[in-house]
Amino acid sequence: MKFMRVSLAIAVAGVVGAGAAQAQQITGAGATFPAPVYSAWGEAAKAAAGVELNYQAIGSGAGQTQILNRTVDFGASDAPMAPEKLESGKLLQFPAVMGAEVAIVNLPGVKPGELKLTGELLADIYLGKITKWNDARLVELNRGVALPASAIAPVYRADGSGTTFVWTAYLSAVSPDWKAAVGSNTSVKWPAGNGAKGNDGVAATVRQVKGAIGYVEFAFAAKNGLTYTQLRNKAGQFVQPSLETFSAAAGNGDWAAAKNYAVSLIDTQGEKSWPIVSATFIELPKDPKDAARSATVMKFFDWAYKDGASIATGLLYVPLPTAVQDAVRSSWRAEIKAPDGAAVYK
Amino acid sequence: MAAAGFYRPDGTEPNAVSQSATTGTASAQLGRSRGSLGDKLFAGAATTSGVLVLVLLGAIIVSLFIGAWPAFRAFGLAFVTTADWDPVQNVFGAAVSVYGTIITSVTALLLAVPLAFGIAFYLTEIAPPLVRRPIGTAIELLAAVPSIIYGMWGFFVIVPFMADYVQPHVIDAFDGVPVLQDVFAGPPFGTGLFTAALILAVMVIPFIAATMRDVFMTVPAVYKESAYGVGCTTWEVMRSVVFPYTRASVVGGVMLGLGRALGETMAVTFVIGNSNRISGNLFGSGNTIASLVALEFGESEAGSLKLSSLLALGFILFVISFIVLAISRLLLRQVKA
Repeated sequence: MKFMRVSLAIAVAGVVGAGAAQAQQITGAGATFPAPVYSAWGEAAKAAAGVELNYQAIGSGAGQTQILNRTVDFGASDAPMAPEKLESGKLLQFPAVMGAEVAIVNLPGVKPGELKLTGELLADIYLGKITKWNDARLVELNRGVALPASAIAPVYRADGSGTTFVWTAYLSAVSPDWKAAVGSNTSVKWPAGNGAKGNDGVAATVRQVKGAIGYVEFAFAAKNGLTYTQLRNKAGQFVQPSLETFSAAAGNGDWAAAKNYAVSLIDTQGEKSWPIVSATFIELPKDPKDAARSATVMKFFDWAYKDGASIATGLLYVPLPTAVQDAVRSSWRAEIKAPDGAAVYK
Repeated sequence: MAAAGFYRPDGTEPNAVSQSATTGTASAQLGRSRGSLGDKLFAGAATTSGVLVLVLLGAIIVSLFIGAWPAFRAFGLAFVTTADWDPVQNVFGAAVSVYGTIITSVTALLLAVPLAFGIAFYLTEIAPPLVRRPIGTAIELLAAVPSIIYGMWGFFVIVPFMADYVQPHVIDAFDGVPVLQDVFAGPPFGTGLFTAALILAVMVIPFIAATMRDVFMTVPAVYKESAYGVGCTTWEVMRSVVFPYTRASVVGGVMLGLGRALGETMAVTFVIGNSNRISGNLFGSGNTIASLVALEFGESEAGSLKLSSLLALGFILFVISFIVLAISRLLLRQVKA
C-alpha cells in the first residue's frame, strides 16, 4: 500500500515535472518601456499557456537589429519601425500594449495632479524660452497655485529611448517651433536642460533639483509617488493622467488607417483623451525558420490579449481595444507563413 | 684571495670544483636536450602572448576605423570640430564630447596630483610605520571600488552638496572677477563638468598615490641619508633627491591616472549633466566621449550614421589616449637628456 502510494506520488511528480519542462521557450529582445508588463505576462503564461518567455530589455534599436538578424524569436520596439525596413526585413509589426507619459515636477507645496500645463508651455520650457516658474503664462493657467520665482530646470533622458521618442513626438505635434528647431527621435539635440540616464535617473534628478521638470512613463511616476501634472488635450480640456483618460485616447486613435498598426495616439481628439499615449510594438518574421517557435510567440500574445489585460492594467499599462486585437489575429493568419506556405497561426 | 685560501684547506678543492663544474655543465646539457621541445614551446607561447597584444590592439583600431568610416566620409575632418549632435537631422560631431573629455580629465588631474603627491610623501617620509600599512591598504581599496559606486555616491551625495553649498557660494564669490566669473558660472544644479572632474579626481588618486608611494620607496636609502647628513630638511630631500630620482615613474603614474580619467564612463554619466552643448564654464553640463557612447549605443540601429559616429568617437578616444602616451614619452625623454 505504502509502496504504491509512494510510486504514485513519484509518477504524479514526474508528469507535473515533465509538463513544466515542456513549456515552450521563446526569446524576445528590445524595448525597455514595456519590459515590466512582458515579464509579468511571461511569469503568468508559464502556468497558464505553457509558454516560457525570455525577454531582454536591451533598447528598441538593439531589439530591431536582433530581429533583423533573426537572433531572437521576436523584436520589440517603442517607436514603430520604418515601413521599408519592415518590408526588406520581412517582418510583421503589431502592437502589444499601450502606455502613457506624464510630466513630473519638483515644486515644494504642489501636489500630484495639481499643476496645469499645456503642450505649448512644455515645448517652450524645453526650448529654454520659459525659464522661471512665475512666468506670466504659467501663473495665468494656475491661479491658486503658489509658483516660486525659481528657475526651471528641464531634465531629459540622456540615453536614447522610446520614451524620448514619444515625448518629442508630442512636443512636435503641439509646437511648430519645437518641430522646426528640434524634431522627434529616440534622442534629440536638446536646446536646454540636463540629461539623466533612464527613467529612474530622470526621476531622481527631478526629485533632487528644486524647480526641475522631467518626463517619465505614468506607471513609473505613480509607483514612485512623483508629482505629475495635468495636461490640456486637443479638445481644450485639462485632464488628469489615469487609465480612463489613456483608454479614451486609445479608443480615439485611427487604427484602421494606420499602416503596420503604426497608429499615432499623440494628441488625439476627444474630451477625455490624455494627450501623450503610445503603443509599443512587436516585430515578428513573416518567414519563420522555425514555424513552431513562431506559433508559440503568437500563442503567447494571443493569451496576453485575452487573459493578460488585468495584469497590464495592474501595472498601469493600457490593453489594446478588442477590435484591434482581432485585426492583429487576422494579420497573423494572413501574413505569417511556414516554409510550405501554410498559415502558422490557426 | 683570503677566501680562496679558506676554501682550499687540503689542496683538493680546485679539482673538486672543476669536477662539479663539469658535471654541472653535463647535467645542464642533458636538461637542454631533454627539454628542448619544452623550451621551444615555452618561448613560442611567450612570444605569442606578446604579439597577441599588438594584434589585438591593431584589430581593435582597424575595426573601429572601418565602423567609423561612414561617419568620417560623411563629415570629413570637420567631424572633430563640429559641436553638433543632432540625431533628428543626422548631423554628428565630436567637439562637445572631446571638449568635455579633456576638460574633466585635466581638471581631475589638477585636483588629484597634488593630493596624491601629499599622500605618497606622507606615507614614505613622515608617517610613523604603524599607520603606513592601514593608510596604504585604504588607498588600494579605493582603487578597487567599482565606478558605478562612485557614480551613485557622486549623484546622491556630491551633487546635492555641490548644488546647495559649493556652487552658489563659488559663483557669488567670483562674481565680478574677470575670467574666473566666467569659468565658475552657470545654474547651480550640482551636476556638470566640475562635479565630474571631482569624482574623477577621487577615482584616480589611488592609482597615482600608489604609484608614487611605490617609486618613492625605491630611492636607495644611502642617497637620502647622505642628504640628511649634509643637513637637508625632509622637504629638501624630497625635492632634490627623491623627486629627481623618480621623476620618470611619477610621470608614468600620472599618465596611468589620466588614462583612467579619459575612459571613465559610468561615474561620469551620473554627474556630468549629459548635455551636448559646450557651456564654456566649469559648472555647466557637458558630455564625455565614453559617456555619450554608452548612452546612445542602445538606440543606434545597425548601419546607421549615428552608430558609425559613435564608433568614430571611440576611434578619436583611442587617438587622444595615444597622443597622451606619446607626450608622456616625449617628456620622459627630455627629462633624461
